Amino acid sequence: MESVEALVAHIQGLSGSADELAQLHGLLKQADGDALRAHSAGLLPFLSHLHPGAHSLGYLYLLDSFVSSSANLRAHAGGDLLVTVADFLTSCSADQIRMAPDKFLNVCRVLKNEVMQLNAPIRGIAPLRAAVRKIQTSSEQLTPLHAEYLMLCLLAKQYKAGLSVLEDDIFEVDQPKDLFLYCYYGAMIYIGLKKFRKALELLHNAVTAPMSSLNAITVEAYKKYVLVSLIQSGQVPSFPKYTSSTAQRNLKNHTQIYVDLSTCYGTGSYSDLETFIQSNAEAFQTDNNFGLVKQVLSSMYKRNIQRLTQTYLTLSLEDIASSVQLNTPKEAEMHVLRMIEDGEIHATINQKDGMVSFNEDPEQYKSSEMVEHIDSSIQRLMALSKKLTSIDQNISCDHAFLMKVQSGRERARFDYDDFDSVPHKYF
Amino acid sequence: VSADQLDVEAYAAQYSGRTRVARLLFIAERCGVEAIQLEALRMAHDEARAREDTVLYLDAVLKINSRLGPRYRHDQAWVDSVNRRAEQRKEKLETELNGYRTNLIKESIRMGYNDIGDFFYAHGHLSEAFKSYIRTRDYCTTSKHIVQMCMHVILVSIELGQFAHVTNYVSKAEQTPDTLDAVIVAKLRAAAGLANLETKKYKLAARKFLETGPELGSNYSEVIAPQDVAVYGALCALASFDRSELKSKVIDNINFRNFLELVPEVRELVNDFYASRYGSCLEHLEKLKPNLLLDIHLREHLGTLYNDIRHKAIIQYTLPFISVDLNTMASAFKSSVSMLEKELAALITENKIQARIDSHNKILYARHADQRNATFQRALQTGNEFERDIKAMLLRANLIKHDFNQKNWPGQRKMNL
Repeated sequence: MESVEALVAHIQGLSGSADELAQLHGLLKQADGDALRAHSAGLLPFLSHLHPGAHSLGYLYLLDSFVSSSANLRAHAGGDLLVTVADFLTSCSADQIRMAPDKFLNVCRVLKNEVMQLNAPIRGIAPLRAAVRKIQTSSEQLTPLHAEYLMLCLLAKQYKAGLSVLEDDIFEVDQPKDLFLYCYYGAMIYIGLKKFRKALELLHNAVTAPMSSLNAITVEAYKKYVLVSLIQSGQVPSFPKYTSSTAQRNLKNHTQIYVDLSTCYGTGSYSDLETFIQSNAEAFQTDNNFGLVKQVLSSMYKRNIQRLTQTYLTLSLEDIASSVQLNTPKEAEMHVLRMIEDGEIHATINQKDGMVSFNEDPEQYKSSEMVEHIDSSIQRLMALSKKLTSIDQNISCDHAFLMKVQSGRERARFDYDDFDSVPHKYF
Repeated sequence: VSADQLDVEAYAAQYSGRTRVARLLFIAERCGVEAIQLEALRMAHDEARAREDTVLYLDAVLKINSRLGPRYRHDQAWVDSVNRRAEQRKEKLETELNGYRTNLIKESIRMGYNDIGDFFYAHGHLSEAFKSYIRTRDYCTTSKHIVQMCMHVILVSIELGQFAHVTNYVSKAEQTPDTLDAVIVAKLRAAAGLANLETKKYKLAARKFLETGPELGSNYSEVIAPQDVAVYGALCALASFDRSELKSKVIDNINFRNFLELVPEVRELVNDFYASRYGSCLEHLEKLKPNLLLDIHLREHLGTLYNDIRHKAIIQYTLPFISVDLNTMASAFKSSVSMLEKELAALITENKIQARIDSHNKILYARHADQRNATFQRALQTGNEFERDIKAMLLRANLIKHDFNQKNWPGQRKMNL
């Protein structure tokens, strides 16, 4: 076993090409373990000899063994350690660290814990964001870091920071737990930004993912799913048929008051909904969903007012107030005003007569922005379609699949064409 | 329910048999005017006594409640003697039947069951009558027999309120290979119409009633009177047919015209509706309402039928116009503007009228969907949904590919569900 100095010298020397790195990696693995750990307390000054960008792999090993010992962490709590780690994360080389992903994840996790302990989650955001990008092999891959990163963003209330990570579509997942946490935190960020449609997509994925046994994250996700669906579209869609049977059978049992809430919402009566919410306020509070529940309540007014736009061209504020079950025309005016500002309805308020005129959607689909929007949508969808076809082709060439079709053919005589890969409604 | 225009005697004269008594009792229960109630009860009592039907007699006496004097009091002696005689007759019939059965002569067995069925029916034991009639089926040899059996079963089922059987046996009767007598065909149609009416299939009921031939006359008075065919048929048709059907099947229907002549008000009603004189049409309907509420078959359906007719009238009224002044419309329909506005709002929400209401100026504007915008909107929306679904699906496919399975979680306790 070499001394740490010798190791450092190796690191400095062998961090050039890929072969050297492989050799270095072997050496490091050998040195890893009790040897490094024994010297871990003294490793910090050696780090200053190394450059995080060029010597990422070595740096990572040393750093990892240093932070693995909680004694070291306590000793250096709050100090430059955080800066060092943050520095490393932002400037390390992606190829090198991908050779030792577990260590990298460990370091990131330690950073996160430190930051949380210091109650300054915002300090961890920039480094972790860089880390996520580095460890991803492609922008479609989900890593455990995603969930951690999103959690920090939530705690620091920096929702916009989380957006950049959320905007990438995820297609590859290694660990199931990551997916659930990612969907759940991601949805919470979107809810914070009031982008309910995207939140719904993520929650939908969490609820309909294949699973053989229920987990707590899915249950919580389902609760939010119910609430966000009510806000977004006024009803909760039933489980699509690809939902796992475990979810279908058991989710509703664990979330009974939310199911009741949605039936109550369906009746369309504001006062009923209000009393229901009041009587169950405690349960909602413990789930930390009370804010969302209040939004559900106010969405009931919006839904009723929107229904009125379909039936009336002009309507007096008093009539609006009475049909939507508001108390005074003034309140009705306030609600309508807010909805106009949010762009949820198109209307004009005539204060002199106390009338509201509902206008048609002025979008004529003739502007150049609209044409661009349509064009980009078409491009995107074509790309997606191509991806789908290629995956389909891969599967149909897959050995296991062909075996199954063969045996199925002998037994049940289903034609290959019966196995559709795209939902029927698009044909 | 004010039914002071109802002439109970004339009404009852249209019917015969059990239905006369049943209808009289129904009227007595529902009409709310004491004079008519007593009149109906008195007639019911006399009829029941004449027919020696103790069940109906007792019912009538109970309802009269000694209000009509000594002659109409509960006469237990009479009841007992009738019952005794009935027992004797029943025993006689049963022994005869047993005799026939041992002799194995099909025709006599059939007639024996028929007689027993008739006996039970006459004395109000309807389910036994039903069973007896059904049993004749095994011994029917000619299609005439089958038809006779069907008619009996239909009669009992109508009174029992089992309209599924009615429809069943009507189709059985209609399927016999021999051509049927026109009267019987008419009877079957009327019975089918009645069954459809009671099961709320108004469009089918209307069709059946309209197909009933005028040969029906008063031949089916133990079930239905020709005036009823006219009324039921016209109301169901108004509530469920569209304009072209109304014209071809009702107004231009020569056969049905014979029925309509019997109830000139209904004929006026239909013509008014077709000619868009909605005010007078609805007025006629209102006038007929109290009497119709006393009809044993129509009562439960009257509300729905009237509503449907009114809605149809409103929809038809607004159809040809781009804009309609709600005040004129309200006066045409003889209701207030606010009530009309509410009705219109409900119809618009149900998508039966394509229009929007200008509540400030009280005008209804027809609204024609802008196809171009709607198409763009739909296309964009479909695109979004496609994108979302495909992405979710690719994700799921990937999860399954990695044999995504929570049993593989490190240190995860497996929940057995």
